Amino acid sequence: MTDAVQQASTAPARTGAISWRSTPNRVVTIYLPLACFVFVLLFPFYWMTITALKPNQELYNYKDYNPFFVHSPTLTNVRKLLFETDYPQWLMTTMMIAVAATVLSIFAAVLAAYAIQRLRFRGAQWVGLAIYLAYLVPPSILFIPLATVVFKLGLYDSPFALILTYPTFLVPFCTWLLIGYFKSIPYELEECAMIDGATRLQILRKITLPLAVPGLISAGIFAFTLSWNEFIYALAFIQSSEKKTVPVAVLTQLVQGDDYQWGSLMAGALFGSIPVALFYSFFVDYYVSSLTGAVKE
Amino acid sequence: MTSVAESLTKTSVQPGPIARLLDWKPFLIVICLLPAVGLLMAFLTYPLGLGIWLAFTDTKIGRSGIFIGLENFTSLAHDPIFWLSVFNTIFYTALATVLKFSLGLWLALLLNEYMPFKALIRAIVLVPWIVPTVLSAMAFWWIYDPQFSIISYFFKEVVPVRENNFDFLGTNWPARFSLIAANVWRGIPFVAISLLAGLQTISPSLYEAAMLDGATTWHRFRYVTVPMLMPVLSVVLTFSVIFTFTDFQLVYAITRGGPNNATHLMATLAFQRGIPGGQLGEGAAIAVAMIPFLVAATLISYFGLARRKWQQGEDSD
Amino acid sequence: MASVDIIDAGKFFGALRIIKGVNIPISDGEFVILVGPSGCGKSTLLRMIAGLEEISEGEIRIGSRVVNEVPPKERDIAMVFQNYALYPHMTVADNMAFSLKLKQASKSEITAKVDRAAKILGLGPLLERYPRQLSGGQRQRVAMGRAIVRDPQVFLFDEPLSNLDAKLRVQMRTEIKELHQRLKTTTIYVTHDQIEAMTMADRIVVMHDGIVEQMGAPLDLYDRPANLFVAGFIGSPAMNMLKGTIRGSSFETENGNRLPLAAAPAASEGRRAIYGMRPENIHLAGDGIPAEVVVVEPTGAETQVVVKAGGDELICVLRERISAKPGETIRITPDLRLIHLFDAEDGRRLTA
Repeated sequence: MTDAVQQASTAPARTGAISWRSTPNRVVTIYLPLACFVFVLLFPFYWMTITALKPNQELYNYKDYNPFFVHSPTLTNVRKLLFETDYPQWLMTTMMIAVAATVLSIFAAVLAAYAIQRLRFRGAQWVGLAIYLAYLVPPSILFIPLATVVFKLGLYDSPFALILTYPTFLVPFCTWLLIGYFKSIPYELEECAMIDGATRLQILRKITLPLAVPGLISAGIFAFTLSWNEFIYALAFIQSSEKKTVPVAVLTQLVQGDDYQWGSLMAGALFGSIPVALFYSFFVDYYVSSLTGAVKE
Repeated sequence: MTSVAESLTKTSVQPGPIARLLDWKPFLIVICLLPAVGLLMAFLTYPLGLGIWLAFTDTKIGRSGIFIGLENFTSLAHDPIFWLSVFNTIFYTALATVLKFSLGLWLALLLNEYMPFKALIRAIVLVPWIVPTVLSAMAFWWIYDPQFSIISYFFKEVVPVRENNFDFLGTNWPARFSLIAANVWRGIPFVAISLLAGLQTISPSLYEAAMLDGATTWHRFRYVTVPMLMPVLSVVLTFSVIFTFTDFQLVYAITRGGPNNATHLMATLAFQRGIPGGQLGEGAAIAVAMIPFLVAATLISYFGLARRKWQQGEDSD
Repeated sequence: MASVDIIDAGKFFGALRIIKGVNIPISDGEFVILVGPSGCGKSTLLRMIAGLEEISEGEIRIGSRVVNEVPPKERDIAMVFQNYALYPHMTVADNMAFSLKLKQASKSEITAKVDRAAKILGLGPLLERYPRQLSGGQRQRVAMGRAIVRDPQVFLFDEPLSNLDAKLRVQMRTEIKELHQRLKTTTIYVTHDQIEAMTMADRIVVMHDGIVEQMGAPLDLYDRPANLFVAGFIGSPAMNMLKGTIRGSSFETENGNRLPLAAAPAASEGRRAIYGMRPENIHLAGDGIPAEVVVVEPTGAETQVVVKAGGDELICVLRERISAKPGETIRITPDLRLIHLFDAEDGRRLTA
């Protein structure tokens, strides 16, 4: 009798079939593998961080210092990164490009999603499909012709090269997301407003958009992250070292000759990741919902 | 709702010509689609066509080219490095995808179980995917260092099974596997979270009904989970295959295609020939050569995506 | 032997008690319905019988076997779910054959059993269709077919008709009852609809807040409800209930109306009680109490009249049609033999 009561307190809440496995089994089949996954997924970041904080003599000496820990952490590498390189400049540039590209993409995506989903017109789904397919055209195919286009437009080595080309992969995804969000807003609300005499643009501004705000935030956050993550265009279109984005700069500017200063390199990698990670930590729910929303469509 | 309507209709003087134009549906549709379609046309469709055209020219950086027909392609066909990159790309994509999906599915199944702090764990799991690829690639570069690899240290000192350091990136096959490992590491979160979303749409009563019908855990997985997951799986698979096939960042950051071109993917080779090498036409040709493979992958997944017979009809459940 | 015995069953989620002290003996072949409002624990109890929920306390036996630790697939039961739980990616035939396929039964056995079930339920032409292509009633039948193929000792139904429209519900009620008469399998059925319970059950178990309020044949519960809750739950429209005091051979309501009693229970003079009369047991009578008509709702077969007698509002269901309109007065009296008295404190039945 007491066994049953004990089992009841560890039984799962009404989330579905009860598991006829006992508790020790659960640890082995679920928690242990999960712990392994989490460890493997997070270890490289840990390694990155402690490398950035290790003084050189500790870094290259595994005999005397256990490499898994930092024994006398130092901020030299961090200081070098922040004050002796153009890192602050790279950071600003990347931020600016990411924000500008995001704003531009969201603007285009909202209008396109509204047109496709709400202003029902013949062929709307074909336009939608075409936009989805655009997402499947990878940058590594487009970068060479785009380089010539960028050059011809005189945008080579300018942040506008990136601000205008990033939307090619941001707009399709954001449109997709926003169509999903618009779908969830009952059309009756707009019909009601139309009967009451509102123009379409007023409906968009006062009814649809406010209700789609979570979707806009998700799309914006996602776009921001994807912009940060972009590499090949930034590598191909920007030449001058001070105008580079963080991912490109950290890879190309911090490696001088054959002697890799791993401490500095890892500091660069770490600080390149921090802005996005920080941003992510504030908006986790939006990330997950946008991923799951995209997939469910 | 009425107050909004009231405020909208109170100002119901006959709207000016611009406002009326904006309310005319066809016009509104056009200007709404214009930014998105315009951007995509200018920076995607046109370059795509241009890229295909470039592949048939001998354009170099700084100098326009002339039409040379299939010359680029024939010279590539005789180029062993090109074929090596094709092999590398296919091998890399195939193995990485298989690993990503098996491990990703496993992780998704784990995360689908009831557990405390599920939201936190889910958030942690996504981190590798959030961080810019190049930067985590650099971390792997350091992990794969010939002298100071932490993995080598582990297997030499902590669990003494080895004498020497691992040579991760110095020779062909280890380099390939090392890169695949890094790619899988990065890709698991996306696959896992997406599949998790799919798993959560499967009604628990289906599992209960199966349990009552006599299904074991394996049966439930095979006859309920997998078929119901297929649509989501095809979508995620399509994306994953395309983005793995055209991967650039990871390889460029860690090996630049070496050693001895053993890890050159078509994308990195295209970059190398086109930009530092200056042969834009040839680079474009290599990029264009990727297209047939991608189209094939999309079509195959489309047949998985296409709504199956059992999904048609009115909504159930 | 396919009897089911629920002995002192209880269910807890941490500190939250869902079910406590439930004792229900069910004999072989009986059609028992668990009925009650949402949250009373009836579905949880059913799921405990099925093995989908842990049994915190007590025992459940199927046949003479205690099944507390027995996994669902070994309990020899079949369940029809509220949302049918049909496998969307399998045809109707495959859905029904699934359990046999898992047992690795021979193809001929599978075909024989599936055809037999399909014939009983009229599913023949639908065998190759997918659930999504079926209507609600058809899906319900497939869910039942899947249960029949299992040929179990006990059928469990979890609110199977809630998702159907009213007309279909009436039709399916009859079909399920006929099925039971034909197959004679022990059936445990859960619903919140008391009409379903009254029309289909051999025995009804009324549950409320995790305990059994009353068990018995439908008419027993109708005629002699053991407490206020059962009295108000069974019967539609619900029983009229008036608070007041027993005075000699009549009942004085709080609003001053004097209502007749056939016989007062012993030693009850001055006792506070609740007077219950079913709407259908109130008749027009020249010498009855005057009541002002509020609303008249003719349904064709009967007339439902809401009246106000002094401060007491009552619903009457009259067989005859009346010409009185709202605002006019009619005179009514209850059938003396069918009056119910309940204790004002604990709601227990008072009349003998």
